[in-house]
Amino acid sequence: MSGEILFQTLVSGLLIGLIYALVAVGLTLIFGVMDIVNFSHGEFLMFGMYSGFWLYAMFHLDPVYTLPLTAIFLFGVGVLVYRFVISRIIDASMLSQIFTTFGLMILFRGIAQFFWKPDFRTVDSSVVSGNVNLLGVQVGLPQLVAGIGAILVTAGIVLFLTRTRAGAALEATAADKEAARLMGIDTQRMFALAWGLGAACAGVAGGLLSTFFPIFPEVGANFILIAFVVVNLGGFGSVLGALCAGVLVGVIEVMGGFLLGPQYKLAIVLALFLAVLMFRPQGLMGKA
Amino acid sequence: MFFLRKAAVRFAQCMLFVSMSVSAHAQQEIKVGVVYPLTGVAASTGAELKHALELAADVINNGADGIAGLPFASGGGLPNLKGAKIKLVFADHQGSPQVGATETERLITQEKVVAIVGAYFSNVTATSSQVAERYKIPYLNPDSTSASLTTRGFKWFFRITPHDDLFVQNFFTFFKDLEAKKGIKVSKLALFNENTLWGNETTKLETRIAGERGFNIVKSVSYPAKSTQLTSEIQTLKAGNPQVVMQSSYLGDAIMAMKTYKELGFAPEMILANNAGFTDTEFIRTLGKDADYVITREVWSLDLAKNKPLVGKVNDLFNSRYKVNFTGNTSRSFTGLLTLADAINRAASTEPEAIRKALSETDIDGASTIMPWKGIRFDGQGQNIFGSGILVQIVDGKYHTIWPFNLATRDVTWPMPGWGQQR
Repeated sequence: MSGEILFQTLVSGLLIGLIYALVAVGLTLIFGVMDIVNFSHGEFLMFGMYSGFWLYAMFHLDPVYTLPLTAIFLFGVGVLVYRFVISRIIDASMLSQIFTTFGLMILFRGIAQFFWKPDFRTVDSSVVSGNVNLLGVQVGLPQLVAGIGAILVTAGIVLFLTRTRAGAALEATAADKEAARLMGIDTQRMFALAWGLGAACAGVAGGLLSTFFPIFPEVGANFILIAFVVVNLGGFGSVLGALCAGVLVGVIEVMGGFLLGPQYKLAIVLALFLAVLMFRPQGLMGKA
Repeated sequence: MFFLRKAAVRFAQCMLFVSMSVSAHAQQEIKVGVVYPLTGVAASTGAELKHALELAADVINNGADGIAGLPFASGGGLPNLKGAKIKLVFADHQGSPQVGATETERLITQEKVVAIVGAYFSNVTATSSQVAERYKIPYLNPDSTSASLTTRGFKWFFRITPHDDLFVQNFFTFFKDLEAKKGIKVSKLALFNENTLWGNETTKLETRIAGERGFNIVKSVSYPAKSTQLTSEIQTLKAGNPQVVMQSSYLGDAIMAMKTYKELGFAPEMILANNAGFTDTEFIRTLGKDADYVITREVWSLDLAKNKPLVGKVNDLFNSRYKVNFTGNTSRSFTGLLTLADAINRAASTEPEAIRKALSETDIDGASTIMPWKGIRFDGQGQNIFGSGILVQIVDGKYHTIWPFNLATRDVTWPMPGWGQQR
């Protein structure tokens, strides 16, 4: 019985960890390329959830099937945010950059409240619902699909970065903006690409979450703190690091909460985070 | 002849005019101030509360045909004050304790109201009733449930609704009744509450009362309302193997908890919820069948009409006018104004001190109210000692009153079926 509960808890932690990872991958991508911390990242997630919800509510399309639409929509949002806002503050001080993305966060929440009301919304009958038996433990199908989706998208991002010319150009821009520009890479395009991809990752995570998590304008706040911890833990700018750290944080949060007391679940995660900052400040997979 | 007839008509007209103006003069108007959130976050609730009070005033002033059991249903104002009519003067506190206090002061000093009704939010009721206490004006509160409001030693404050402390007491009385009447013994409890002020206060109350009444709390888990998952919390509950989970959650976390219960196969005998998220319309709509058999606390339910026809008749009146049914909030506001009118009528005076005295001597039989209460009678602190909540159980996506047993419209289903079984 006890062993079964532990295994069940482990699997639950793993699945929520994969979602954390996908949110964090988008965040770390933007930071890695541009050195800008995006405080409005949780709101990209929120837009992704609403995109899944509205397509479901208006056209009866399941959030899982509309993931590509959600990804394209959020890619567009990311590029627009870059073109109209971020491109103007690339060379501004770090404080201005923080205020800008923080302001965007408040603006996006306000927009969502204004148009969609502060009510909780839910997708009440997605094609993925109910439980499945996985190696003897009960797993929620939505969580399982979300976890698998998160792995696929993260793998896609890694392949894109390592196997395509555009990906290589993005990595080159991340490594050295000036050198990349001298080599003939259109860095403006690369920045826009990073914002588009980053937002799309958060959007897909939102679309996957919308099948089982309540949707409301402030929902980004639930995830953004953990996303920052994951990005730091994995190493700023490291996609693989974000993946590993996301899973790690999910498992530690759920298992630690179960073993030491649920009231400590965030404290345990943040204590680990502090320890990593002290002994390995570049993160688990970051470059020193 | 012709001239005389004309004079007679003129004379008759004059007499009619004089008699009308005399009767209009005799029909005094009694101004009652109302402080409610008419704008701001609770604006929609405020609008409903306003409707409930307007209906109550209309019943008092103009009667309600065919609803015999309701006080003042014959109409014609307050009989002991020569048919004086109630006039409501509304003020908007916007959800702010400061605005609530200044608006109350304005109602008293400028509008010269003889009593105040308000204010829905407990924190606004606190400041606004302070002003009334200072000016020695009776304050009738239909709907604020913070227990501390009636521990302040106020002389001019009267509350008809049960408070949070009493609601928690109700849970344990229900367990006692369950054992006495149905032979179901509950002893092992788990508390599962969110960790803002409300959840923590509830945890404290439940812990204290469980101790006093000899119940065993096997686990007490509080969780942050902004959680991304509740797996570790619910595994902890599961490990404690409780019979009953007593839960206080807002909507989002209530839904997440129910989904996680199912995912982890956690099936206690009963989930006993403390209103809030569990009574939101979205709760049943989202969870469908999975919401079934949960029991939650309520203050009022339309199916009370089955055992108490008055409830249905008054609700029909409300519905025909405003196209919505009564709720726990509006039913209490409606009852609140009738209680105040009853006191003013018995006082036969608009002097605040006379009204206060009459309020403190209130003794209304529960049968003549639309509430599930034994009656209305205030203790020295102004708390209605007969106020109590009801428990409703969700079956087939609807709330059914199951306790108190004499008001029940459906027998309680206990235990709730496990997740794998036919639901």
